Amino acid sequence: MDCERRWPDPKVIRAPSESLGKVTFMSNISRDDVANLAKLARIDLSEDELNHLSKELSVILDAVARVQEVASADVPPTSHPLPLQNVFRVDEVRPSLTPSEALSGAPAQEEQRFKVPQILGEEQ
Amino acid sequence: MIKNSAVQMAHALSSNEISSVELTQAHLDQISKVDTDVHAFLHVDSEGALAQARDIDARRKAGEKLAPLAGVPLALKDVLVQKGIPTTCGSKMLEGWRPPYDSTVVSRLKDNGIIILGKTNMDEFAMGSSTENSAYGPTHNPWDLTRIPGGSGGGSSAALAAFEAPLAIGTDTGGSIRQPAAVTGTVGVKPTYGGVSRYGLVAFSSSLDQAGPCARTVLDAAYLHEAIGGYDRMDSTSINASIPPVVEAAKNGNVKGMKIGVIKELQGDGYQPGVLKLFNQSLELLASLGAEIVEVSCKYFDYALAAYYLIAPSECSSNLARFDAMRYGIRVGEGSAEDVMNATRQQGFGREVKRRIILGTYALSSGYYDAYYGSAQKVRTLISRDFEAAFAKADVLVSPTAPTTAFKIGEKANDPIAMYLNDIATIPTNLAGIGGMSVPSGLAEEDGLPAGFQIMAPAMKDDRMYQVGSALEAALLSKWGKPILENAPSLGAR
Repeated sequence: MDCERRWPDPKVIRAPSESLGKVTFMSNISRDDVANLAKLARIDLSEDELNHLSKELSVILDAVARVQEVASADVPPTSHPLPLQNVFRVDEVRPSLTPSEALSGAPAQEEQRFKVPQILGEEQ
Repeated sequence: MIKNSAVQMAHALSSNEISSVELTQAHLDQISKVDTDVHAFLHVDSEGALAQARDIDARRKAGEKLAPLAGVPLALKDVLVQKGIPTTCGSKMLEGWRPPYDSTVVSRLKDNGIIILGKTNMDEFAMGSSTENSAYGPTHNPWDLTRIPGGSGGGSSAALAAFEAPLAIGTDTGGSIRQPAAVTGTVGVKPTYGGVSRYGLVAFSSSLDQAGPCARTVLDAAYLHEAIGGYDRMDSTSINASIPPVVEAAKNGNVKGMKIGVIKELQGDGYQPGVLKLFNQSLELLASLGAEIVEVSCKYFDYALAAYYLIAPSECSSNLARFDAMRYGIRVGEGSAEDVMNATRQQGFGREVKRRIILGTYALSSGYYDAYYGSAQKVRTLISRDFEAAFAKADVLVSPTAPTTAFKIGEKANDPIAMYLNDIATIPTNLAGIGGMSVPSGLAEEDGLPAGFQIMAPAMKDDRMYQVGSALEAALLSKWGKPILENAPSLGAR
């Protein structure tokens, strides 16, 4: 799985420090890059979609890459509009869904459980 | 009766001039009459709505004290779950799914006796600005059926403008309540983030998503806001404080001495001249009512759109991982769990959703995370600082809601960047988590179509938006002599 997580060389993306203040920024996302992303995202994209998306993604990334112009090291990131941390509640038993309610939308079920296709391959 | 405001309908109900069953039936009849053309609804729950109306009528007859909007019908955006009622989010992925529980918004609507007519159309998983991304076909703008009703909540805004419902619920991640309101001549409010519970709202971008009221008048929106808002223990990001006094503010509507800040960066190039003209006329009206108009600069707003189109796709790529064909939703194909997942997500998701998931997966990838998602989070900080500085000079900030009036269906379908520009004025508030409202500003001279005036307030000061919104609404009403929707063509005549 480790190889999946590794990205092809960031050949087209310069490090943020290099690109700061530069407006032009050519992204070049190949068909194979998109295929790898689709694999990570678990979407079996068609060949047409792979080709189309590689072009679109390059254009969109060129447009959004300008966030790097102002994202200097002294600016702290904001992940969320509310300054909340670790919201806890009392650990108490409360009414919840019955097993049949929880399974009501399942594509397949068996013995009060979600029935799923085989997860591990033969060699695993 | 269906053209009245929700408050007028509530009065007619409480004074026994009409029953909730009659009022609900009148709206169901209007839906039958016009929705073939408008396509605002994905599901109409006639039986459930009438049963709920009968219950309210019986309780009223028995002398029970009911909530202000009890018995008034409403249209619900199909992104909020309602027990036993199909919820698709405009996606094939959830076709046929009936949720086993009520979202908090729905529970509160039911507690308030508000009648839920059905579920409204939307861009798939709320990703879009035109409702063209719905897997079930587009919604048509009642002002001109060849045009878009805005998005993602185009079904809710169109239902209001076509008098299919006097109230609706929307959700706003980057403008999906306000931009549809602007292009349909209706009112839409994105409350402060955390002001309305997200429990049971199918997540798109969790740090931006916010449900809120849609209506034809500011006061109606305020009553609906009070009905659905407030703390909810089921949402860990719900703000534990009382709802700002929005109804009182909407009734007050006095702007004398208020400082209204015009954001320099949210006008000019890219904005339709007629939209800007209406915006400036509205400003003059507010000044004539005693408000002080000041100009403010938010220089990092130029980066808001870019930050949004990294943050929202990043969060969506993570949130939509839940659609795995295992626990609910459709299941396609055979083989291993991974094969089934790949095939199901390929078939279940539409073009825009796939585009954003892939973009978000890229932005979160190791090696790219800092350059894209990390930088976007820093822009978010800069935008919040811009707002803070601006609110030091003004009580509320204003801008046009959307840069243009409604465009033609299909016009921007193949140009994602052009489509994303629709939200240029609404996105900054989502990034900062503050409230925003759109009220009609009039009809643009170029095309005779409605435009919106956006009012933004600091976090948890939502009442200020209602105060300014109702002042502007009243001034424009006395100028026009009739509500803006009286100018819309009548539907269903064919």
